[in-house]
Amino acid sequence: MDTAHSRKERIDRGIKVRSDGIYALMSFRELSYLTLPRLIFIVGMLSLPLLMPGMYWQRVISIVCIYSLLALSFDFLAHNVGLVSLGGAFFIGVGGYTAGILNSYFGIPPILTIPLATIIGGVFCTVLLLPCLPLKGVYFAIITLMYPLFMARIIEAFDIFGGTDGLIGIDSFSNSWVEQYIVIGAVLLSLFGLRRLVNMDLGLIFTAIMDNDQAVKASGINITHYKALAVFIASAMGCLGGACITHIYMWSGISQFALDFSILPIAATVIGGSGTLIGPVLGCLILVPVSELLRDFGTLRIVFYAVILVGFILFRSEGIMDFGQRKYEQFERQTKI
Amino acid sequence: MKNQAKKKGPILRVEGLTKHFGGVTALKDVSFEVGEGEILGIIGPNGSGKTTIVNNISGFIKPSSGKVYYKGKDITGKKPHKIADMGLTRTFQVMRPYYSLPAYKNLVIPLFSPRARRTGGWRGGGRLGDRHTVSIDILEEIGFERDSYIPFKTTSTLPTGYLKRLELARCLSLKPEIIICDEVFSGLSMSEISSMVPLIERLQMEGITIVMIEHRLRELFRVANRVMVLNFGEKLVEGSPDEVMADPQVKVAYFGSEEVEEVMTYA
Repeated sequence: MDTAHSRKERIDRGIKVRSDGIYALMSFRELSYLTLPRLIFIVGMLSLPLLMPGMYWQRVISIVCIYSLLALSFDFLAHNVGLVSLGGAFFIGVGGYTAGILNSYFGIPPILTIPLATIIGGVFCTVLLLPCLPLKGVYFAIITLMYPLFMARIIEAFDIFGGTDGLIGIDSFSNSWVEQYIVIGAVLLSLFGLRRLVNMDLGLIFTAIMDNDQAVKASGINITHYKALAVFIASAMGCLGGACITHIYMWSGISQFALDFSILPIAATVIGGSGTLIGPVLGCLILVPVSELLRDFGTLRIVFYAVILVGFILFRSEGIMDFGQRKYEQFERQTKI
Repeated sequence: MKNQAKKKGPILRVEGLTKHFGGVTALKDVSFEVGEGEILGIIGPNGSGKTTIVNNISGFIKPSSGKVYYKGKDITGKKPHKIADMGLTRTFQVMRPYYSLPAYKNLVIPLFSPRARRTGGWRGGGRLGDRHTVSIDILEEIGFERDSYIPFKTTSTLPTGYLKRLELARCLSLKPEIIICDEVFSGLSMSEISSMVPLIERLQMEGITIVMIEHRLRELFRVANRVMVLNFGEKLVEGSPDEVMADPQVKVAYFGSEEVEEVMTYA
């Protein structure tokens, strides 16, 4: 390397502004520095159904997307609002049952049940969680863990909504392409919507509540109001996933309150990088297919699964996204002196 | 030079404020008034109930008995955000900035509040819409160097002096009518204090009523119109700084003896 006439320079040098996350872009080449990673992600997600061989793996894509919605809602609540929620199963169950009831009792088609279940389910979850909003951290987590168990036992005990058999004979999507593009679209929309939201003034209020809720109160802002709004956003995303699951399996039952829906999103967030929003989606893209691949090992798959998790926590505890972003920002090029 | 308080009715009136924490009586039948546009100083030894008064007035603690009137309205036991929304703001003794945000984004939160949107915030700047620009303006006014990195630095890396100013700036963003300053001078260097004192005086000139809780008596006595002394949760004396300084009870409370010639010498 001829060091007399050229030196290494970081690619982002010259476009970074003194405040974090602000760039001054002068050309399409500089623009592509920022847009390319995002574009690769979006195009990759959209082309997944085309690349997957056979029905089985296409179904896995749908499940990945539903877990991604849960992981996104967990990451948003935990790292942008400061509420650690184990309510993934609660959101999925409420959304799933709402869609199921709307479809099997009232005959509403899936194209309407999904948005309706998203909103009705979100309101229902928010109202039930409203008394727990003053709680923080682990205490909020315990309460949200209790709700799915509580709902499942209520349905079992009163034998409502089909009892232990669940609601059967629910309409499915018209074909598997519609199914996959609906869930992929939902993930992309919520991901980029949330990323926009957390950088808006409203998102700053959420961060402030996480950092110091007393100071937010002293600023004349009703924190319960904003916490409820955040819980509504997160639970609506979970309910959207639940409604999709109901129509994918043409069934809604007590197993939609299974704790897998609460736990796996957390593991995905740890692997993907907490607080990055896109990290949890990447985490789900890795964890869910791995769990499917390991199905051949029978019950031993839990062991492999745990080994992968422990490996990530030991060797890449910052998460894929933080690691990748750091490396991406360190890319260098040769420039003439 | 001390600003002369205009003679107007009381803006804040506290009547028989009492607070028990279990068996401990933190405040016992404390009554006082704050006139509009004046600076009232509250002093007292550690544990005398100064911060408890602030918490009771601003709604963070509900008093056991007694009433707080703000502009003639009973605000006893109202929620903190309701009280702040009415224009009664406070700073925290232990600073409470949003540590993960840069300094200028800290002010976006009060500028986003219903009160700031209604009134336009300090000097109406919030009406301009862009809260980020307005917050940098307010920070400059309060002593953050505009053309430096400081307003853009993450709050957790800022020194105490700037955090204390940030506390004041948060109150100012709300376009307050009263600011209760809970020890804004403590932990500051002499030069930082000497730049804060003119700021306090300027705020009073703008018509903001200020209640100051302080341990730094020299600076407090320079700006305060009246001073109230607390000891073991009870009001000891109240009067002009000179009267309070000369009062034998104050000397006993602070030094345990009347022999001390001049409180100021040691403060």
